[in-house]
Amino acid sequence: MPDTASAVGAPAGRREGPQKVAGAARYAAEHTPEGCAYAWPVPATVARGTVASVDTTAALEVSGVIEVLTHLNAPRLEEPDDATLAVLQDARVPHRGWYVALVVADTLEAAREGAAAVRVTYDSEPHDVTLKADHPDAHVPEDEDGTSGEHTRGDAEDAFAAAPARVDVSYRVPPLHNHPMEPHAATAHWQDGRLTAHDSSQGATTVRDVLAGLFALPEEQVTVVSEHVGGGFGSKGTPRPHVVLAAMAARMTERPVKLVLPRRHLPAVVGHRSPTLHRVRLGAKEDGTLTSVIHEVTAHTSRVKEFVETAAAATRVMYPSPHARTTHRVVPLDVPSPSWMRAPGEAPGMYALESAMDELAVNLGIDPIELRLRNDTRTEPDSSKPFSSRHLAECLREGARLFGWSERDPRPRSRSEGPVLVGSGVASATYPVVVAPSRASAHAYPDGSFVVRVNATDIGTGARTVLAQVAADALRVPLESVRTDIGSSDLPDAPLAGGSSGTASWGWAVHEACTRLASRLAGQQGQQLPPEGVGATADTEGTADADSDYARHAFGAHFAEVGVDTVSGEVRVRRLLGVYAAGRILNSRTARSQFIGAMTMGLGMALTEGSTMDAAFGDFTEADLAAYHVPAHADVPAIEAHWIDEDDPHLNPMGSKGIGEIGIVGTAAAIGNALHHATGRRLRELPLTPDRVLTGGL
Amino acid sequence: MGTDVFRSEVPLTVNGSPCRPTVDHRSTLLDVLREQMGLTGAKKGCDHGQCGACTVLVDGRRANSCLLLAVAHEGCDITTVEGLHADDGVELHPVQRAFLERDAFQCGYCTPGQICSAVGALAEAAAGNASHVTDPDADTGEPVELTREEIRERLSGNLCRCGAYPHIVEAVEDVTP
Repeated sequence: MPDTASAVGAPAGRREGPQKVAGAARYAAEHTPEGCAYAWPVPATVARGTVASVDTTAALEVSGVIEVLTHLNAPRLEEPDDATLAVLQDARVPHRGWYVALVVADTLEAAREGAAAVRVTYDSEPHDVTLKADHPDAHVPEDEDGTSGEHTRGDAEDAFAAAPARVDVSYRVPPLHNHPMEPHAATAHWQDGRLTAHDSSQGATTVRDVLAGLFALPEEQVTVVSEHVGGGFGSKGTPRPHVVLAAMAARMTERPVKLVLPRRHLPAVVGHRSPTLHRVRLGAKEDGTLTSVIHEVTAHTSRVKEFVETAAAATRVMYPSPHARTTHRVVPLDVPSPSWMRAPGEAPGMYALESAMDELAVNLGIDPIELRLRNDTRTEPDSSKPFSSRHLAECLREGARLFGWSERDPRPRSRSEGPVLVGSGVASATYPVVVAPSRASAHAYPDGSFVVRVNATDIGTGARTVLAQVAADALRVPLESVRTDIGSSDLPDAPLAGGSSGTASWGWAVHEACTRLASRLAGQQGQQLPPEGVGATADTEGTADADSDYARHAFGAHFAEVGVDTVSGEVRVRRLLGVYAAGRILNSRTARSQFIGAMTMGLGMALTEGSTMDAAFGDFTEADLAAYHVPAHADVPAIEAHWIDEDDPHLNPMGSKGIGEIGIVGTAAAIGNALHHATGRRLRELPLTPDRVLTGGL
Repeated sequence: MGTDVFRSEVPLTVNGSPCRPTVDHRSTLLDVLREQMGLTGAKKGCDHGQCGACTVLVDGRRANSCLLLAVAHEGCDITTVEGLHADDGVELHPVQRAFLERDAFQCGYCTPGQICSAVGALAEAAAGNASHVTDPDADTGEPVELTREEIRERLSGNLCRCGAYPHIVEAVEDVTP
């Protein structure tokens, strides 16, 4: 009898790995139905106004062009909840880059040439795309989700004014772009009134539901497949305009239509991380105990919909203080709609809070790890709920040991190697436990095989693999005997791969279905299974989303060592270490990849990534991968990720917390704090580029 | 506005097989591989030579196939990720195996480009081609040792947004002579 109760936690290899390295895994645009046409979108070239005229004559004369969709002839859609999906429905241009036409042609080349030949004129209006903390339209949003508004405890202002030690600082995080390597793409096909779409999405169930709503179809008449997805990082978390456009074009031309968004279009149409302006005030006693915490965030949103980058939310979780105020303000501007980007809220928020904690530590002459330990807590400051588990202190201590923190001379500019100043920094990390209801089924077959079905999405996390591990343990069978079917809306409904919630949500339903199947099989011991197998289903509605008496969050600590070139101003990360307490780690191999991957994105946030909203044109100036610098191989040193085993019974049947996002939270602060240690200079605006480092002198 | 589309038959060898696709003169090699020949292993990440996802080997040298006009490559020998494995089509190339062993990818979209680029970089180092980080005093033409720094430098044209870089470097190191 093989040891079958140990699949969870094992470093099982990715099930789709062999296909991916061989180039055989097919992504959304790699399905070409017979007669497939190609579409190319036309973005608006004004920041605000209306389309006055569209001349498609020249475009339609291009050889191979079949049709040009505009707001005048495109199929009418039912009104979507998400207004960014109401494409080609009216003449309004809410921001530059909003799509105003779509050219469909026999070939990609003809579609592109046709798109260049579409002539659009606009009645343009004055626009405002500049975010300022004192913008007259800045307002505290409706706090429908309990997160995006203002929270207060005690009297934060008075307590701050009375505090013996005070930090009052402002930070700025620029707009950031998700830029998954696979651009947003869809292939749509109508047949006998049924719509099938291969979509690059983080959650095909929602895409199915939304397409059914837009085209007024029963859900059974729509299938959305997201078998392999080339990254998303939040930008594919909900349906995006490309899949709607592809479906509209396919319906209008009565041909299958493939649409891949050009890379340069992505920043305007798939969401971005809003810039955030932070003012952080920390009041503390001489021993570092916090007495008042005030974190105010101003972010922008579009005129199309309100999205709030909830960057003060993590501050409600981290450190206790009798007095606190955390406030989000949002300013509607004529900008593209912001949306989720990896750790929305937590990533920029913890950059600000953890930089300010470092400033407080320096001001008080307290070691930054010690300052955090002195402000540790067992209850969530904002809710007063006990944490289900919080091992932040253990992460900090273990990280300090692994990193060699005790050898650090705390004085800034205490270490140099020729013209390079060397420093190290630390920052805490946190990310909430999110879980959503899911359905799943499990089947046993006479040949001894098992199949688990759930519309999970593998955006690179290894969902197929980890769900098979969960299933194998629940069924008490060898891992190899379990197949996982995911990535199609025809499978049992499931929530998206986002919010670090996928594995917990899907896994819970898989665990439940497999547990039921196991007990059914136990009742049939010795009997031959019927050819169609024996199955069980699960739906975690009402259980997975039940309120908890506990505050549930993952915690972690990041350590960075940087070298700062005093001649060029270049900051290079030499070492990066993350230590996490994120429940039970279900697959040590793929978990490590997620942790170091998110830390890499945090390195980019710290040093290379930043976009600029051009005030004159209303356009992101860093739109493509030549101008928007995601980290490259040469930027990334050896990165280490470790974790502390947590046994937390208040999570889900697997005991796991999410791991996809916490790695980016705090990484930028650790690098910024290391820059301060190296140089004695505090930069409060990301990214930490050479021009900023050199301004003011080293 | 002219409406003529110019097309030509272009003799190529793709993954060892001679072929003569008829290509639109505007078509990139990448689009011909993906849309006409069904070889979707080469990925389109940016279409502008900025990300490396479309990397293939052209006469043994790595190139961004999104920057090459297919019509200009008459007679060229093209190898895509689908053509790297052994002739039996089953056995993976050592670099492909190393990527699996090191978990050197997540979403997999940059992976074929990383692998083709690594195969090209290994050949370049073996042929003694220096990189930006190669010791300028090293003997010209002698094989260059692929240290981690060399691997990082030579693969920097291949972006990975999932951040698999540390594992990719380990994978390439594993197959370094």
